[in-house]
Amino acid sequence: MTEAETMTTEFSPENSELKEEYAQFVGRKVLFILLSLVGIAVLAGIAATLGSANITPVEVYTAILARFFPGTFHTTDFIDTIVWQLRLHRVLMGIFAGMGLAVAGSAMQGILKNPLASPFTLGIASAATFGASLAIIMGAGFVTGQYLIVGNAFVFTMLASLIVYGLAKYKGITPETMILAGIAIMYLFSAMTSFLQYVGESEEVQEVVFWMMGSLGRSSWDKVGIIALVTVACTLVLMAFSWDINALGAGDETAKSLGVNVEFVRILCMMMASLITASIICFTGTIGFIGLVAPHITRMVVGGDHRFLLPASGLVGALILLGADTVARTILAPVILPVGIMTSFLGVPFFIYLFLRRRKDYW
Amino acid sequence: MVKITIKGLSFSYGSRSILEELNLVVGDSEVLSLVGPNGSGKTTLIKCIDRILKPKGTILLDGGRDLQSLSRQEVAKYIGYVPQSTTSVLTSTVFDTILMGRKPHMGWRVADEDIDKVVDIMKLLHVEEFALKDFSELSGGQKQRVLIARALAQEPEVLLLDEPTSNLDVKHQLEALDTVRSIVKATGISAVMAIHDLNLAARYSDTLVMLKNGTVHAIGDPSSLLTKENIRSIFGVEAVVMRDLDRPYVVPIRSLNGEAEG
Repeated sequence: MTEAETMTTEFSPENSELKEEYAQFVGRKVLFILLSLVGIAVLAGIAATLGSANITPVEVYTAILARFFPGTFHTTDFIDTIVWQLRLHRVLMGIFAGMGLAVAGSAMQGILKNPLASPFTLGIASAATFGASLAIIMGAGFVTGQYLIVGNAFVFTMLASLIVYGLAKYKGITPETMILAGIAIMYLFSAMTSFLQYVGESEEVQEVVFWMMGSLGRSSWDKVGIIALVTVACTLVLMAFSWDINALGAGDETAKSLGVNVEFVRILCMMMASLITASIICFTGTIGFIGLVAPHITRMVVGGDHRFLLPASGLVGALILLGADTVARTILAPVILPVGIMTSFLGVPFFIYLFLRRRKDYW
Repeated sequence: MVKITIKGLSFSYGSRSILEELNLVVGDSEVLSLVGPNGSGKTTLIKCIDRILKPKGTILLDGGRDLQSLSRQEVAKYIGYVPQSTTSVLTSTVFDTILMGRKPHMGWRVADEDIDKVVDIMKLLHVEEFALKDFSELSGGQKQRVLIARALAQEPEVLLLDEPTSNLDVKHQLEALDTVRSIVKATGISAVMAIHDLNLAARYSDTLVMLKNGTVHAIGDPSSLLTKENIRSIFGVEAVVMRDLDRPYVVPIRSLNGEAEG
């Protein structure tokens, strides 16, 4: 049989074996995503039981379901109030914020082909900090009233990503130019924040420092709504470009030869990642680490295919942030630690453990 | 039918001109090798044909479609690019790497048909035994086969290969080129490769194109083209050309400094 004939042969048993093997390989990734979803649901129930009023996980789930199926599930007004008005929005804020930061991080690592890329290493978070500091210390900003800090953090975050884009565009949009521009922007905004702290009153500086630690304590239903909407919408856009991001991983020239509009994809994904990050950290303050490490942990498990990596990192990020917030609320109760501190305390040892245990190159 | 027609192709990086008024035709089921010294424009020409670079002049595909008027995706359905085997790929299994070649043909979801084609191509190139291994774990020769497989998954009419033998040992050089030639002869697609090794080029090509200073210096079948005179004027090297089994092979003797400069 010639090689041309082999190409068109009908399916031999060996072929279906190989197909089966690949189907299992994909199935494992889907299983991981499903397990993560279950994990989040369980952890959310546990997280909602924590606090001064003692309620059980079953009561929490019943109170949640009672709103959707009032005929089937019954709860008390007291528990309903505790769950729906006091706790659930914080839990959901943790889930969506963790998800968004992790998705943004894995998208940036993918389009820039760099394991160190994250909203923080690319200057986006330091721009948000500067925006918030400007509002706290100088009272100056783009919007007025209660949304001054939020508005400033958001605007400066988007501004930073536009500057990174502009600088990179001028030199040619490659991973290297974008990373270098991002790092330059990070130092610039850090220096400006330091300057503001230097001239600020001590109470104001304290407020800035507290903002920088990141916290879910300022959550509310409308904030959860905004974060959830932006995160889900941008994640769907990024996932639609999964194949293009995968192709970028093989190098710009190969991606082009496979039909990818390289610069467009890179800019679009960068903008989506910035938008997610901006809409989260303007409410929570800078929660570091998740955007960098959740994608790495996920990549070790599901591999580098962004069709699975993006949603799976989002779920892992949600688990980490929700878990960290749960611990932060209980470990020194009634004192609640800022979640930004806890994410690193819990996540770094876990990450180093995985990193050392893994023999194979995963990046 | 003609696969690619190139007319008056020019390209320059800033003021440095790389290709000048180059004309070339790639025929059906043909292995065409671009040879010439470093900087003669081999790789640049490959990149122009793949629309990675944007040259002046005309490149027609398929006997009439203007390359510049096509979308990247349409080009990707006609031309498959095989980069050097040193290329790095972000964590990806061999299966996923080859599946990527289906990108011009498929949407977000992978159809059964795409999986079938990938499996067939993996068997054709004998890479099925490491289907779920990571690309980065493979040897140079295995990587080269996977990269050829990915380009074939595009179901192209033309394969472009950039130095397909660099970084491979002698055995794998022969295997890589055997693979390319047998696919070309079996399927009717054509292959255009930039290659340094004159003897391998002579052995595996139907047509040899000698490039010098960004233009075609000579074109023809390997045995009529590989002469002492041509090698002297292209490379500035004194060589002996011998014949074995009706194929020429070149033994370089010494460099002639200054005689083929410019």
